[in-house]
Amino acid sequence: MTRFIAIFLVLFMGTAQAVIEAYEFESAQTEAEYNQLIKELRCLVCQNQNLSGSNAELAQDLRRQTYTMLSRGDSPAQVVEYMVARYGDFVIYRPQFKSSTYLLWLGPFLLLIIVLYLVIRKLRGSARPLEVNQGAMAEARNLLLREDDEK
Amino acid sequence: MIRFAAPLGFFLLLVALLGYGLSLDPKKVPSPLIDKSAPDFSLPMLDAPSRKLAPGDLLGQVWVLNVWASWCISCRAEHAIITQLARENLVTIIGLNYKDQPQDAVNWLQQFGNPYTTSLIDLDGRVGIDWGVYGVPETFIIGADGNIRYKHIGPVTQDSLDNKLLPVIRALLG
Repeated sequence: MTRFIAIFLVLFMGTAQAVIEAYEFESAQTEAEYNQLIKELRCLVCQNQNLSGSNAELAQDLRRQTYTMLSRGDSPAQVVEYMVARYGDFVIYRPQFKSSTYLLWLGPFLLLIIVLYLVIRKLRGSARPLEVNQGAMAEARNLLLREDDEK
Repeated sequence: MIRFAAPLGFFLLLVALLGYGLSLDPKKVPSPLIDKSAPDFSLPMLDAPSRKLAPGDLLGQVWVLNVWASWCISCRAEHAIITQLARENLVTIIGLNYKDQPQDAVNWLQQFGNPYTTSLIDLDGRVGIDWGVYGVPETFIIGADGNIRYKHIGPVTQDSLDNKLLPVIRALLG
């Protein structure tokens, strides 16, 4: 049993400690910016991991690039711009709001409005009293009365 | 019957969209560099490290940049195809030796043959980042105006050479 626990621990140690480089930062703010950026940038080799979670060589290189740019005084937005210019929008987990992504950002709200409109229309329709054809009603009444007479 | 037409149509549209999604390869991320100027560099040549080459030196001709490394297994797979492209004698083929040991790279070319006009040493992968390289091998086609016109991700196969790379190159050559 202890052996299984040991294997289990070894297997999951690696995932918890993916980032290995220890960078020194001039300020706590830069460090926070760095940590935020490597969480938001995608590793293109292992596409469902961000830079902070990946040990791929490219992820290491891009972490180093992020560190270098922040240390020389670039803003996080400049780092993102740098990455997008080279790897495309796919590199960021949070898509920017621009003409090509309007549908992505606004689509769900648009869909919600359409569905709300349809639901409201449907509810109103069922609440309205039945429209009755007066002619048919009179004919039905006549038939019923006549039946009574014939008895 | 009519009342089922709308949901059925919606369902078929969804199926078509999802089917299209399945045919895409998520590993292939479109490059934002297409139709943009080739990122600049100045890198030493593998066969003559004292000499450097920059994209500006190739301005006016159609050329191919093939990113390779001796540690890259799929580069071996595409090597025969790159060699075939070199034999066509249509374009200058420049190798970008990405994050490799120069000696390993020289040995690799000796062992498998050298289809490149020259290979450039990108020791730390910085130029690779500038070109948006995320997986080796990758192949770029650059027009005479210095703009990147096509990017192929992954090993070039006979099919992709015949149906994609060569038509692009021929169109650029005019």
